[in-house]
Amino acid sequence: MKIGDLTDLALRNLRQAVLRNTLTTAGIAVGVASLVAMLSLGIGLQSLATKQFRKSGLFDTIFVSAKNDPREMERERRKGAAPVGEALPLNEGARAEIAKLPNVLEAYPEIRFYSDVQEGGKAHPTTVSALPESARQHEAFDTMKGKFFSSADASEAIVHKDYAKELVGGGNPEGAIGKDLTLEYFQHGGAVSGGGSGAEGTAPQGFQLLRKRATVRIVGVIDNDPMGGFMGSSAKIWIPQALAESLHAAQPADMRSFSAAAGPRGQYAMLFVRVKGPKNTTSVEEQIKKLGFGAESLLDASKSLQRFFAVLDGFLGIFGSLALAVASLGIINTLVMSILERRREIGIMKAIGASDADVQTLFFAEAAAMGVIGGALGVALGWVIGKGINLGFDAYMRKNQMPTQEFWLLPLWLVGAAIGFSVFVSLAAGLYPARRAARLDPVQALRYD
Amino acid sequence: MAVRDVSRWHRMGTTVVHAVDGVSLEVEAGEFVALLGSSGSGKSSLLNLIAGLDHATHGEIVVNGRDLARMSREELAKYRRNEVGVVFQAFHLVPSMTVEQNIELPMRFAEVERRERDARVAEALARVGLTQRRGHTPSEISGGEQQRTALARALVNRPNLLLADEPTGNLDSKTGAEIMGLLTQLNEELGMTIVMVTHERALAEQYAQRMFFMSDGKLVGEERTQHSAVVIQQVQR
Repeated sequence: MKIGDLTDLALRNLRQAVLRNTLTTAGIAVGVASLVAMLSLGIGLQSLATKQFRKSGLFDTIFVSAKNDPREMERERRKGAAPVGEALPLNEGARAEIAKLPNVLEAYPEIRFYSDVQEGGKAHPTTVSALPESARQHEAFDTMKGKFFSSADASEAIVHKDYAKELVGGGNPEGAIGKDLTLEYFQHGGAVSGGGSGAEGTAPQGFQLLRKRATVRIVGVIDNDPMGGFMGSSAKIWIPQALAESLHAAQPADMRSFSAAAGPRGQYAMLFVRVKGPKNTTSVEEQIKKLGFGAESLLDASKSLQRFFAVLDGFLGIFGSLALAVASLGIINTLVMSILERRREIGIMKAIGASDADVQTLFFAEAAAMGVIGGALGVALGWVIGKGINLGFDAYMRKNQMPTQEFWLLPLWLVGAAIGFSVFVSLAAGLYPARRAARLDPVQALRYD
Repeated sequence: MAVRDVSRWHRMGTTVVHAVDGVSLEVEAGEFVALLGSSGSGKSSLLNLIAGLDHATHGEIVVNGRDLARMSREELAKYRRNEVGVVFQAFHLVPSMTVEQNIELPMRFAEVERRERDARVAEALARVGLTQRRGHTPSEISGGEQQRTALARALVNRPNLLLADEPTGNLDSKTGAEIMGLLTQLNEELGMTIVMVTHERALAEQYAQRMFFMSDGKLVGEERTQHSAVVIQQVQR
């Protein structure tokens, strides 16, 4: 039978028992809506979590440290690797080499130092961190008040809104923009040889720290830590990367490499390597490891997150499918009833030339039509439920003065997949009734009243 | 068409019912024959076997040179679709479809093109005189008109064999005569072979050329009718 005739006959048959078929279709719609609502919740939560990570800009960042860095050594030890022998120094040369690797946007050292920040005659001690130019692209700055640094070495600063609030004495954080901050910090003063016996090649006895000052102007106030608080950044003030590097401020991490022959100056505790998109992270990470450095990225954490959400989506999908499974029993019931009612009609069709396949296909088409209509209605219903939940949750969050979050998401692929699944389930449910109708003996069917 | 030693047995509990029991007969192309017998004689069962609606337990039924017993279910469906038309006592129209849609239905299964379909429906409606009633459902028309619709439906795929199971059984004598007139017309004008099941000897004598008598599933006699003599005379003339 041609598709047009098949569709025409199937829809005509569905119209014959309009109430029963409508109820069955409504059952499918409720099943699909439940599935869509559950999966959308899982997808929404996953998207929210991923977005939070992405906002921090950490998925496209690789953390590079020297092989003899204590943190790196600990990681290697856990993996059961052999102890590191001679480690390559993570210095300016290494930084340039890494920066030249394909798909690398920039490589910059981690700079974070403690400072007694002076403003309006008061001290506001905090941690100052450096931000590279590439950070400008990140979503963390989407909601920033003010503007990003005018250049990589501008004497400017971006502050966290909590810190800004503290500066303006609890008022509007935006009021801090334009204020000048004096950063008091310690600068490396070079290595100190011990007791005049410091021959070349021996470890220095110490290094000098010089008290320095630098003034920066606040140009922006930010809601979120652009590093997402990763590795305890916990900074409240961010200054341009080049400016930070020119300060040569002593950092807590310097103590780790203190014993190195070259001294702390000229070596980096850690380099941040920013790549062109998360898809390049793994390959660049491998290349850096090949160069002889320790490299790690948050993609590993992201994979664990993906695994977690895959399991969560699986469970939500199973619970959501239960209603659809019940609806499929409704389809079987409806179609079996339909066979009983249309027994004579099936007999007539066979007597005038319908084959078993024609009858079977007709019943399949009816099941599929219920699946398509039920699936589409179910997706619409699921969307309405999700919108309702989102609106309700938004209202609750606003009432509690918390930022609203879209944690319920219905992607286009789920719309297609839900309708497809609905049709699949309907066809599977129609399998038995369709076969039964196809095998019907026309002589018996025509005798039936 | 040849029926050779055909039997159809049904098992009912522990007993076996011989609905058709070793029947053999031959019908020439273009012939109009009647199967006569009382209720339960097996004439309708034999017609169902010839229509390809049922499988013989034993024997062979050869139509247009092919044995129905050797055909698969799919081939039998094709045979019913293209080579044979059936008319029933109870009309067996689809109640929710109009006259036109009922007539069109076999052509949907035969995948006839839309334009061709419309032409054939119009032709069949004109032949049975139902053009004005094309948009009515079976419940809105008389018994005679329903049987004419069934007849038109049996003709649209242009079969060369028409099987009629008590075609006038549910009709009054006047309407029955009209239907028989149509069958005769099809037989004479289109050369269609007609096998009609009836229990009315008078009807068979008036319209058929040969009569086969059945009783208890067996063929018990065969007679040529006066009508046959008239046909032979017409041919000789």
